[in-house]
Amino acid sequence: MHELGIVFYIIRDVKQAAADNHVDHVSAVVMNIGEVSTVVPEYLTDCWRWAADKEDLLRGCELKVCTIPAVSFCDDCRKEYETVRFGRNCPFCQGENTYLLRGNEVEIKEIEVPECPL
Amino acid sequence: MEEVKVIEIKKSVFAENEKDADDLRTELKKRGVYLLNLMSSPGSGKTTTLIRTINLLKDKLRIAVMEADIDSNVDAVKIREATGIPSIQLHTGGMCHLDAEMTRQGLSNLDLEDVDLVILENVGNLVCPAEFDTGSCRNAMILSVPEGDDKPLKYPLMFSVCDVVVVNKTDVMPYFDFDLDKCREYVRMRNPKARVIPICAKTGEGVEVFADWLFREVRNWKNQ
Ligand SMILES: Nc1nc2c(ncn2[C@@H]2O[C@H](COP(=O)(O)OP(=O)(O)OP(=O)(O)O)[C@@H](O)[C@H]2O)c(=O)[nH]1
Ligand SMILES: [Mg+2]
Ligand SMILES: [Zn+2]
Repeated sequence: MHELGIVFYIIRDVKQAAADNHVDHVSAVVMNIGEVSTVVPEYLTDCWRWAADKEDLLRGCELKVCTIPAVSFCDDCRKEYETVRFGRNCPFCQGENTYLLRGNEVEIKEIEVPECPL
Repeated sequence: MEEVKVIEIKKSVFAENEKDADDLRTELKKRGVYLLNLMSSPGSGKTTTLIRTINLLKDKLRIAVMEADIDSNVDAVKIREATGIPSIQLHTGGMCHLDAEMTRQGLSNLDLEDVDLVILENVGNLVCPAEFDTGSCRNAMILSVPEGDDKPLKYPLMFSVCDVVVVNKTDVMPYFDFDLDKCREYVRMRNPKARVIPICAKTGEGVEVFADWLFREVRNWKNQ
């Protein structure tokens, strides 16, 4: 359950981004969460609701999660494959010289702020 | 409908902590203080191992311990009583891990002028602490025999961030189907550089190997 710790990091970074962009309310935060990042999106959004509503900047702000599928690469046969389905061993050549290309992201993709109509 | 403006951020949430951790390491290097981050599941024998290790090293090094328990000071008291060295409790505020900022706050309660080695007993957990760099010079973990030899396969991140894997409770090996060779193999798959050190904290067997490693680490950190 490190989701709460991560939520505090998100809040800290979003506050910084809001200050840099002279924004006083954020309506949504969009996260890229990799499939094998060990972050459970449901826990993350639960912790978010609890913590974000304590901040003026983030009251009612929604946390949106984009899941990034995990993809591994095999150095032996130089092919890509789905990590979650096949694990460490390459499904094409059964090799073990494989590494994760993407899928362990825990990053803030973007924030959405209400724009005042002119 | 309300118009929305999108501001791109594209930043890992761990980036800030990693920077804090690097800054902390640089400071520790300047002050000649070595910080070891010790992780494991609950009950694997961290406190027992620390007591043995500290008693082997305390005449050669000035040592202090920081205990990260979610909500008690049992371990801090135990260490102080069994070794006589300074030992403080860090309060994690219910959190399942420590990060560099929390570690820094803990260190500010110690008199670092009088310390060569600080050992941080992290929260008992194989998942969360691995995600957060504490600013330590090295990470070590304890895997106890009853947990099983397959843990490196199930918790790859933890094993990949540790320089030493201590296998504890070797005395109960006959009662479990723990295969030490397999365990070494699984650790190597996740982290070819990690060293595996089997010990029995209960009797003290093998603890001197871990203590020697730690002693050399501290000496190199202070001299280079
Ligand atoms: N049989 C056996 N028991 C051990 C050994 N080392 C520790 N224990 C026992 O395991 C239990 C837990 O040991 P601790 O040292 O408190 O473990 P810990 O990792 O500090 O525990 P937490 O801080 O609660 O996560 C105690 O009952 C110890 O006596 C060992 O080598 N063999
Ligand atoms: Mg303990
Ligand atoms: Zn292949």
